[in-house]
Amino acid sequence: MVIYGVGLLAFCFLVGQFIGESLGRFLGIEANVGGVGFSMILLMICTDGLQKRGLLPVPTEQGILFWSTMYIPIIIAMSATQNVFAAFSQGFMALLVGVLPTLLLFLCIPVIIKLLSK
Amino acid sequence: MEILPKLLSVNALIVAFLVVAVVTWISSVISVKILKGRVPGAAIAIIAGLILAFFGGKWTGGNKGISDVSGLAGFALLGSGMLRDFAVVATAMGSSLDEMKKTGWIGAISLLMGVFISFFPAVVIAFAFGYRDAISLTTIGAGACTFIVGPVTGAAIGADSSVIAISIAAGVFKSVFVTIFTAPLAKFIGLNNPQAAMAYGGLMGTTSGVTAGLAATDPKLVPYGAMTSTFATGVGCLLCPSICFFIIKFILGQ
Repeated sequence: MVIYGVGLLAFCFLVGQFIGESLGRFLGIEANVGGVGFSMILLMICTDGLQKRGLLPVPTEQGILFWSTMYIPIIIAMSATQNVFAAFSQGFMALLVGVLPTLLLFLCIPVIIKLLSK
Repeated sequence: MEILPKLLSVNALIVAFLVVAVVTWISSVISVKILKGRVPGAAIAIIAGLILAFFGGKWTGGNKGISDVSGLAGFALLGSGMLRDFAVVATAMGSSLDEMKKTGWIGAISLLMGVFISFFPAVVIAFAFGYRDAISLTTIGAGACTFIVGPVTGAAIGADSSVIAISIAAGVFKSVFVTIFTAPLAKFIGLNNPQAAMAYGGLMGTTSGVTAGLAATDPKLVPYGAMTSTFATGVGCLLCPSICFFIIKFILGQ
């Protein structure tokens, strides 16, 4: 059943968020630390384990796949709800602070990849 | 005559489904017919979303982009952090845990580099614009990490609300910049494999920018970038009000 897949996804999501929130609390900061990451690892472990035992029928899988394909539409909606106007009304310095360091970061990617291949 | 406004507000989420579908369709037509496939449809749709957000904020004076326009409130739910994270987690199915383990340490290094390479250049820019106190400089520097790290840091060290506003704006600019420029820059920086996507996610940090940028580049890379970027806000919130703040205070002798 499709809902089993959605339920499994929801379970992994909530457990991961709980770990992320707890880790943030433990570190004394007001932020979720890695919640999505923990959820993802849990989902990978669960689906992998179920698949190997033949317990992940196609409909269940589709319950998860549906949300994975809804990802881009959700991102489009997210872009449309960013506070873009306020960002522009903060002026030129905010633009520079947002963009110049980010350009440096882009340049660092090939450096890190080179490190990786050694 | 009042049937339509009521219909739209009661069924806000469904309206958002329809509008996003139409935006996606128009974007894919523009991508194929006008731009001959040089820019992916998803990238155009995401940029269209940002433009809608700009005008939504301009017309309504609200802070949630197009979702403040009456009848389009459903965008706030469809584009919420909850659904975004839910869908991002779903993309993990079928990606390789081994791949992620193999580059775990690169992820950790890129997270640390991401915070420092965002923070210090941003502090230099703020300094050049006349800011001299450690609290304001640190808050603006933190804004260059993500638009959450800025206000969290500012609140923690007691920054002025106008400075916090600047740090949020800087974070939003970063997110927009990463969203738009990831796809065109991808081939120059070798962003075409899971390892590179993990390094990229950790460096950039902004989850919204990273996930949108990768969606426009290659959706297969999304889970790898998301995996590392989800830690970035936490690492930024940890380092900026502590180590980074102390370093700035030390340099300025305050």
